[in-house]
Amino acid sequence: MIDDLAINVILCVLMTAAALWTVLTVRLLRSAIGLAVTSALLTIIIYRFDSPLAAAFELSVCAGLISVIFVSAITLTARLSPDRLTQREGEVLRRFWFLPLLVIIAGVLLYQTSIPIEMVVGEAKTGAQGDVRSIIWNTRHLDLIGQIAILLAGAIGVVLLFKERKHD
Amino acid sequence: MPTLLIIVPLALMLVLNLPFLRAARRVSFWFCAILALVQVAAVAAHMGGLIPGYEDLFDRYINLTLTMSGLSEVVLLSIGIVVTASLFTARAVIENHEERFKFGNLVMLAMVGLNGTALLADLISLYVFIEITAVSSFILIAFNRDADGLEGSFKYIILSAVATAGLLSAIALLMMVSQGTSYAAVREALGASSNSFYVKLAMGFFMCGLFIKGGIVPFHWWLPDAYASAPAPASVLLAGIVTKVSGIYTLIIVTTSIFRLDGAVGEIIVVLGAVSAIAGALLALGQRDMKRMLAYSSVSQVGYILLGLGTGSALGIAGAVFHFFNHAIFKSLLFVNATAVEGSLGTRDMDRMGGIASKMPVTGATSLIGFFSAAGIPPLAGFWSKIMIIIALWQTGYTAAAVIAALVGVLTLAYFLSMQRRVFFGKLREGLGGIREARLSVLVPAVSLALITIAAGLFFKPIYTMVLMPIGEMLAK
Repeated sequence: MIDDLAINVILCVLMTAAALWTVLTVRLLRSAIGLAVTSALLTIIIYRFDSPLAAAFELSVCAGLISVIFVSAITLTARLSPDRLTQREGEVLRRFWFLPLLVIIAGVLLYQTSIPIEMVVGEAKTGAQGDVRSIIWNTRHLDLIGQIAILLAGAIGVVLLFKERKHD
Repeated sequence: MPTLLIIVPLALMLVLNLPFLRAARRVSFWFCAILALVQVAAVAAHMGGLIPGYEDLFDRYINLTLTMSGLSEVVLLSIGIVVTASLFTARAVIENHEERFKFGNLVMLAMVGLNGTALLADLISLYVFIEITAVSSFILIAFNRDADGLEGSFKYIILSAVATAGLLSAIALLMMVSQGTSYAAVREALGASSNSFYVKLAMGFFMCGLFIKGGIVPFHWWLPDAYASAPAPASVLLAGIVTKVSGIYTLIIVTTSIFRLDGAVGEIIVVLGAVSAIAGALLALGQRDMKRMLAYSSVSQVGYILLGLGTGSALGIAGAVFHFFNHAIFKSLLFVNATAVEGSLGTRDMDRMGGIASKMPVTGATSLIGFFSAAGIPPLAGFWSKIMIIIALWQTGYTAAAVIAALVGVLTLAYFLSMQRRVFFGKLREGLGGIREARLSVLVPAVSLALITIAAGLFFKPIYTMVLMPIGEMLAK
């Protein structure tokens, strides 16, 4: 159990570090890679929490689809000059030096005040009603309609906000 | 009927996007506007007892947890009216057919999200439909692809993500004590649960998320940027109904149908309501930009809704629901008028206006009606909802809050009078001689909304006895 917990903590630390790198790096491509790595680590954590379907969704939607959209958006942007890039890196570090510290403090505080993980997993298991697939397809029709609507909104957003950009 | 209100806007959007129906895109505005008007007529007929049944064909085949109470009827009616006003404003402002078609698509999707939110009785589905509304709103705010719009949209996305995290955390915590996610199941589980710390934590997360969505002080700072930077028809939709359904209606339903609205919860809501009412009014006083002033006014008016809700009494909740409806109508009216003024003058800076009522008499007159209703002048609808809230506060022992609510009415009068004086009253400012009244598609919603405000005030008595008090008594239980 202690080994399991240690692995989970290491994965969480790695995921947090990847997320921090994603937001602190000024190079968009590195940021996209950071997002994909964060998502991949989250997928492993979800898988280890005995939710393989949720892990598959996370991997396919976030690491896959969102990264593709992100990289497509990057291709529409202009590259910064090397001098400006170095200057920008310095600015980001000066402005957000406290961010890793804040994450560590928040992590410690959350760990101290959080619900024991055995209790959450234990209760969630007893509360589960059947297979996730049967729940989604047989009893959550409305959520499926909702997800279709969200995807459509996203598609219109991409068409509206990015297609015109090419002409600017 | 409930399922149709969700499926039809989505189906309409899909059909209009079919490749072989490209020709229909030029008239897509009329399809969308007629659909919104049909919703208004159907809900009004249902409220009046002309349509007796709830169930439609889809309800039997789709497994849904929907509800259609008196409260959801008021919300659906407000949605239909504001969506119609927004579409008419879009017709005047967006010249390009293709752009207007895309705007109509997004409004239909927002309508799916709003209608779903109003009809649901399940927490997970509530989250899904709030997200539909939010995603449509992000794109609507950035619709013009200008720097201001993108900035406003970005701020809304960030705050919305925080709100979503709060809602999902709350749902996760509630699922620890409940076997299901329907409102009834969660309420029943909470009644039997001894795990009070996690329930309180869930309630805290849920309420913080909804306060952000509703633009309540101190979570209000995204709201003026989003309202002011969005294109005019999107501002009408956002200010008129989106934030109210996503944040305020959900707060009403969650506090009355899931958690108990008593003790500390009621007090917190009353305190935040009073702070929002005062802060919003004071911030509105200092604005030069017409749309920003209206946005801060929304923060203040939403504070009134919270004051009524926090009392937990039938009268207070009925007052809150009526103010919800009134605010949707008069705030949409004032944003439609702001669109008319900006369209004619090319600016929203009130210090560069003056005396334009002589050139824009319909806009000036309808604006005055909206302003009187917002300030609580009898016999307009806003007066009745505010007086209900103040009496409820007094009756439930919140005397200080009742006094604050009455005094904020004076502040409201002050900032709206300042707006009227700077924009519409007095001598016509030099250089404005060539301006003309707004186009018909802006005047139609302005006049219609003004008439609704007058009618809701004049027919207050039947509305109070037949609609409002039954809702208040049901939710106060």
